[in-house]
Amino acid sequence: MRYIEPHAHMVSRVTDDYQDMVAAGCAAICEPAFWAGFDRSSPAGFYDYFCQLTEHEPRRAAKFGLPHYCWLCINPKESEDVLLATEVIGLIPKFLGRPNVLGIGEIGLNKNSRNELKVLELHVDLAARHNQLILVHTPHLEDKFKGTRLILDVLRSDPRIRPERCIIDHVEEHTIRMVLDAGFWAGMTLYPETKCTGARSVDMIEQYGSDRLWMNSACDWGVSVPLAVPYAALEMRRRGQSPDQVDKMIYQNPLKFLSQSPNFMSHCK
Amino acid sequence: MNRQQLLDLYFLEARSKLIDLAAFFDRLDRAEGQADFRLNALTRALDELRRPDAARAEHVLLNLSDPTVEPIPAATTKAACGAWPAKS
Ligand SMILES: [Zn+2]
Repeated sequence: MRYIEPHAHMVSRVTDDYQDMVAAGCAAICEPAFWAGFDRSSPAGFYDYFCQLTEHEPRRAAKFGLPHYCWLCINPKESEDVLLATEVIGLIPKFLGRPNVLGIGEIGLNKNSRNELKVLELHVDLAARHNQLILVHTPHLEDKFKGTRLILDVLRSDPRIRPERCIIDHVEEHTIRMVLDAGFWAGMTLYPETKCTGARSVDMIEQYGSDRLWMNSACDWGVSVPLAVPYAALEMRRRGQSPDQVDKMIYQNPLKFLSQSPNFMSHCK
Repeated sequence: MNRQQLLDLYFLEARSKLIDLAAFFDRLDRAEGQADFRLNALTRALDELRRPDAARAEHVLLNLSDPTVEPIPAATTKAACGAWPAKS
């Protein structure tokens, strides 16, 4: 089995996780910028984090022969402070030329507030001006349905944004249709309690097809499973999907979307 | 997969989750003090299991979701609790 982990917060994981993922067939790992679990107190804190994502973490992954990529942003959980967010967004362009950067993410909404929306629009503008791919985080639990609708409105109202260059992550049964119908890619996040199980992800593949869809573990510092993607692949096999169908979902689909960035797997091109 | 195969694959797991849910409601019954809106939300979402169409998961999720469309004035917390208070 080979797979790409398109969404994992490896700065929060132990080295053994790298080893396990490589042993399970992981061919590349992509790390969106994320909330640390506490608020960073200044733009300098984000500067250091962006250095970690573009310098230190790729070196850590390389020890296991694993290509590491990242996405940059200030995450929606820290977007209530628009002044801080504006300063952090101002730091991002100088990192966009680094070889492992794939685009702007994970941007989006958390509690669906006005300031979060403002900061989302700033990020979308940044991505459009720099011709970057976009990875979107949709809110948790009761806020997801509303937030997904608001996010789609923002993306669709900017004529510079091409839906095939945006992935809307953490979809579930009540949001996947609106994302795919609007022409975007959709990500299914495999979390034991708060998002999607392997069985439900296979349900959605059966119902909506496997185009413009990927699966990720979104493993971070919370309860999450770094090997969730290979486990979901096993569930696909249990449900009668062929090895080719599994390969499409966990390897070829992320490869297809991410290859829209010239940086992704550039050593293989 | 046909229904027989799906039952073979998932019946015991679904049975176990159903008993867990029943035991959770029993536990709440036995406990003292006031429940909050989450109990109503969960009880109401249970009705979606009786839908005649294969859209139960979607409607359970919708039932537990904020249905409004306007952004809130400001985020006062970062967390989500899994149910929308104003609906209960
Ligand atoms: Zn994430």
